[in-house]
Amino acid sequence: MGSDGGPRLEVDSLSAWYGERKAIENISLTVAPHRVTAIIGPSGCGKSTVLRCMNRMHEVVRGAHAEGKVSLNGEHVYAPEVDPVRGRRLVGMVLQKPNPFPMMSIFENAVAGLRLEGGHQQRELEEIGEHALRQAALWHEVKDIWKTASGASLSGGQQQRLCIARAMAVEPQVILMDEPCSALDPIATARIEELLHELKRDYTIAIVTHNMQQATRVSDFTAFMLSEEDRIGRLVEFASTPAIFNSPSESRTQDYISGRFG
Amino acid sequence: MGRGDRVFAGVATALAAAVPLLLVAIVLLLMADALPAVQRYGLGFLTNSMWDPVAEKFGAAAYAYGTVVTSALALLIAGPIGVGCALFIAEYAPASVRGLVAFLVDLLATIPSVIYGLWGFFVLAPVMRSGLEPFLKNTFGPLPVVGALFTGPAVGRDLLVAGVILAIMILPTVTAVSREVLRAVPDTQREGMLALGATKWETISKAVLPYARGGIAGALILGLARALGETMAVTMVIGNSSTRIQASLFTPGYTLASAIANQFTEADKAIYFSAIITIALVLLLVACALNILARLLVWSVSRGPGAGSVRA
Amino acid sequence: MTELELTTWRRVKTAALLAPSPSFDRRRVSNALASGFMLVSAAIAVSVLTLIVGNVVMSGWPALNLAFFTERPLPPGEVGGGVAPAIVGTLLMVAVGSCIGVPVGVFTAVYLSEYGRGGLAHTVSFVIDLIAGLPSIAVGVFVWAFLVRNVVGQYNGLAGGVALAIVMIPIITRTVEETLRLVPDSLREASLALGIPTWRTILRVVLPTAKAGLVTGVVLSLTRAGGETAPLLLTALGNQFFNLDPRQPMAALSVQIYQYARSPYPDWHAKAWAAALVLITLGAALSAVTRWAIQGRRKFG
Repeated sequence: MGSDGGPRLEVDSLSAWYGERKAIENISLTVAPHRVTAIIGPSGCGKSTVLRCMNRMHEVVRGAHAEGKVSLNGEHVYAPEVDPVRGRRLVGMVLQKPNPFPMMSIFENAVAGLRLEGGHQQRELEEIGEHALRQAALWHEVKDIWKTASGASLSGGQQQRLCIARAMAVEPQVILMDEPCSALDPIATARIEELLHELKRDYTIAIVTHNMQQATRVSDFTAFMLSEEDRIGRLVEFASTPAIFNSPSESRTQDYISGRFG
Repeated sequence: MGRGDRVFAGVATALAAAVPLLLVAIVLLLMADALPAVQRYGLGFLTNSMWDPVAEKFGAAAYAYGTVVTSALALLIAGPIGVGCALFIAEYAPASVRGLVAFLVDLLATIPSVIYGLWGFFVLAPVMRSGLEPFLKNTFGPLPVVGALFTGPAVGRDLLVAGVILAIMILPTVTAVSREVLRAVPDTQREGMLALGATKWETISKAVLPYARGGIAGALILGLARALGETMAVTMVIGNSSTRIQASLFTPGYTLASAIANQFTEADKAIYFSAIITIALVLLLVACALNILARLLVWSVSRGPGAGSVRA
Repeated sequence: MTELELTTWRRVKTAALLAPSPSFDRRRVSNALASGFMLVSAAIAVSVLTLIVGNVVMSGWPALNLAFFTERPLPPGEVGGGVAPAIVGTLLMVAVGSCIGVPVGVFTAVYLSEYGRGGLAHTVSFVIDLIAGLPSIAVGVFVWAFLVRNVVGQYNGLAGGVALAIVMIPIITRTVEETLRLVPDSLREASLALGIPTWRTILRVVLPTAKAGLVTGVVLSLTRAGGETAPLLLTALGNQFFNLDPRQPMAALSVQIYQYARSPYPDWHAKAWAAALVLITLGAALSAVTRWAIQGRRKFG
């Protein structure tokens, strides 16, 4: 694993429940600094649950709770004195279906997170907003209309890039992406995958994807998860992406990769 | 299609078609009977506040004023509390409490209007007279502009009490419709805001409510429509005496609906009836218009906000 | 920056963002206040309900006795007697209303759910919502103009029943239509595939499956009709004597409450509370029985 300085997210023996039902068990992995770590596996194996535990979005669902350790740069995210609301500022999230706020303009969407914390001048907001939109490769497409057009008036791919910009504007340390391209067409998908290569210079990224080819294209490390008959998701193998796809050590990994099941 | 089918379908269609015909009949009949008064008094009917059956002068402005003031008051009170209730049930309440609270608030809607009037007359009005109204009078009466609302003798049978009773009566409507609207807001909107590090209230105020604002407006308008048409509870607490328009909330008065209830059995001349029926027609048309508006607003939220719209 | 410095800087930043901050405290306070407001709103609603029902029970219970249910009112000022004519009148007029309202409501619901496509169906659905929102006093005025003034010539119980029917129709239609739509299409298709004609399918398969919703809708409309006052004031007027003749004025419990409340006699006030208690209890009992009966046999095949 890379030992660069940079934001690092460690997951240690993480288990999570939805009410009484255990969803994942004993997951341990590292989201390496300035790298893209992918979590793959068949649907229902708990990949999204693991991701959502990283920014404490999991517990937003009524009755959901988690145990284990998640630490960001050594700070325990689940420590009792940590307010999840503040913690989420450090970890940005992009969801599967683009969710811009339709009542806000593109600009307002981009700086929505900044407005929450307050204390920014208009000038500052415009600068940060533009920077985030540039980073998300959206600026040139929207710079003439970003203050007048609603966030929902963009195409699917543009909306998703807006959501990425929105997540980046608050300068998180880690960005989580939950199947960010599954609702998009191939061209939009390609643009976002391109984006990921640039984004990892500044951020640490964890991405859940059900598309193995996507994992090989964008990620440096891959975690393969599986759930058995008990429907509890477990980590089968975690290694560098080339290792997982070319020479996996587990037979289940090999079976999944070669399409024996999915 | 066999003969049985034709007969059955025919009966169902006929009865169903009778429904719009019924509404048309109601409107037409009321219009026909209101015609003499409308022809004689014209628009002055609504702007003139002189109501003198003996002299055959009919101006319903005071009644319209009463309706507007009591309904506005009801909305002012029941709006925030109703939406607050809806938010509590939809966003805050733990699962065990949610069903119970929703059930109890819905129960408020099943209490007949006349029982609200009974309670308002015997319980609320005396409490208002001896407690709340003197308090309001002493606190706000001396203030410059607002004070005009709280002057005069506070007897407990006035526009204020009517407004409060109406507020209780429309609360379940506002809450129920708001709950529906809030349910239509996609969870991804909430998640998007939360993931940015928003508190629960920030999520609601910046993502959920703006998304739902059309529907919430619809809920408020439906509440208003209900308040306008309320008769019994209002007539039992509003005093039904003065026909002068005064600023103070402590003045007794009439609403359009309570005027109909009160005076109908006293009407003796054709023109008197015609005047009262004109009031009924006005109430009916306004209620219909508000209902249509409200449903369009509520419907627009479940359809999803339009794309490309300029930020309001 | 060296790697170590970068790591330390990031760590400091993390810690700084998790350290106490006045602006975040303000946000936390706003959040707490908002939560408090929601809680208080719900508490107000529930308290008011409890208060009203409590008052009705406490003030109405002492005045309930056998005479209340079986005797007719005594002359004003005298203590005693009962509201039997009003109870009978309400039952009668609700029955008349049901005779008109239930068939029209159910058939309209059947039309909307099983037959209607296109212009007429949309119009009917739209109008049903409008009628539901009409001020009931306006309905009373209409029925007065139509039945009291023209057809019969005096205040009468039949007009009261018709006014109640108009109030009941939208409630029945909405509830029944919703339930009919819930009946799975596979049931209809299975029946039709057996060669059973559409009308028989509706009568023998769809409606019975939707029985629960039907009963609920009818019961809902009955309780609503039983509590209506304004339209009855203008149509049935009221009557202190027993009257079963629909061409004569007829008493109703709701109207009785109104008249007794405005009177100066404490005995009549007590009776008004008692009548209110009867209305509320009847409504609650009907709801409870319906729900209990439905639980017993809820199956959608």
